[in-house]
Amino acid sequence: MSRLYMARNPKVAARGLDGEMMIMSGRDSTLFTLNKTATILWQSADGTTPLDEIVERRICADFEVEPAEALHDAESLARELASHEILQISEEPIPPRNAAAGESRTGESQ
Amino acid sequence: MSGLLQEMTEKAQRLNIPFNVQLDLTYRCNERCVHCYLDHDDHGEMSTAEIKHLMDEMAEAGVFILTLSGGEIFLRKDFFELLEHARRLMFCVKLKTNAVLIREREAARIRDLGVESVQISIYSHRPEVHDGITLIPGSLKRSVDAIRFLKSQGLRVIIANVLMRQNMQDYPGVRALAAELGVECTLDPTITPMMDGNRSTLDLGVDQSTLRQVFRDTALVGDTDEFCAIPAPAGESELESTPCSAGHTACYVSPYGEVFPCVQFPLSTGNVRQQRFVDIWRDSDQMKEVRSIRLKDLTTCPSCTHVGSCTRCPGLAYLEGNMRGPSSQDCEKSFVRTGIPSANMLAKKHAAVNQARNLVQIRTLPNFAGATA
Repeated sequence: MSRLYMARNPKVAARGLDGEMMIMSGRDSTLFTLNKTATILWQSADGTTPLDEIVERRICADFEVEPAEALHDAESLARELASHEILQISEEPIPPRNAAAGESRTGESQ
Repeated sequence: MSGLLQEMTEKAQRLNIPFNVQLDLTYRCNERCVHCYLDHDDHGEMSTAEIKHLMDEMAEAGVFILTLSGGEIFLRKDFFELLEHARRLMFCVKLKTNAVLIREREAARIRDLGVESVQISIYSHRPEVHDGITLIPGSLKRSVDAIRFLKSQGLRVIIANVLMRQNMQDYPGVRALAAELGVECTLDPTITPMMDGNRSTLDLGVDQSTLRQVFRDTALVGDTDEFCAIPAPAGESELESTPCSAGHTACYVSPYGEVFPCVQFPLSTGNVRQQRFVDIWRDSDQMKEVRSIRLKDLTTCPSCTHVGSCTRCPGLAYLEGNMRGPSSQDCEKSFVRTGIPSANMLAKKHAAVNQARNLVQIRTLPNFAGATA
């Protein structure tokens, strides 16, 4: 089975607000808010940790959910976020881009 | 404002988070616009390190929208270094500039860094009028060239057209230029007094007949009957509401590190060179005072027909002497829009009539009375 890798798109703007991530698309300035699970995916999308590991460590550990079901839902979510150009997804690890923004930051605030 | 952005802004207000900040990187400028309210000399701008540190503090405080303005931002040699830092912190960055220093290379860099929008001041489609306001020959051509470079990179560009006596007939031409360039266009008839309180720039503002023409231009306001309708009386909830976002979800930081409730509200609330940004935002007495004001607390406005629909600017009111008082420019706009004078205008008229009565008051002098007896 192929593994899925995710990286944050450095063209977006992002900030945490009361535990919720606000993300503004770099493509058309559309604003999105991410729920708790999507926020975990965003925070974990470093381009090198595969999605199944993220789900196992960050989602199954915190939510009472079957690993297979959680991975299926997380994959759907990752593909949806990628369709809005919030995340980049690939079946190979994604090296950091040359763009200045977003390589290590998640946009979280206090 | 989109529904979700409005929702997030309201949430930020409930949580006392400075959602939207304008940071002026410099007051220096390569234009000399006749209506400008700034002193263009450098009195000790923040250094690159100071601004980066401030941006770090802003990100921690929850700032989402960061507008970089001036002065002319591209006069800072470290501009792209600061912009890179801002984007690394994932702010939604908006730029305000005259754009005369933007060429193909700068436009491409702005695109690469994911800037949300670039607002550019254009005063007229006619070089003699635009350049006559900026006092720089060739400035219209440079700015329009820059708009083309930015558009060719796929960036969102907004033309900001300030309306004043010099260009009052040219706004349709500017709108046509914007349409030709494929960019948005805003029109603002507000002229701001200088930051030192000097009000001479206000003489450049348009007269009531021009303002009336603007407010009845369907291309600008849509349905004029609706736009110019007499407002419904304000309800209790409206009177309990806050006057604007200044100090609630928005604030302004000068190139010298001073924090104000808004760029148009020169009430200093602290300096980031002495205190953390978030401490000024949360704890300064001045910020708390601004934040405490509700429409019902204003001096004249609560009884005014326009209170629920007025664009009253607390900063302009402050510059008139009382942050809880009316803003005469906005009273005039409400009057021109609807034909109904504001409570402030009526009070001033009443005071003027009383003063005139006092001037012509006839007292019977004893000697004179005796002479006629």
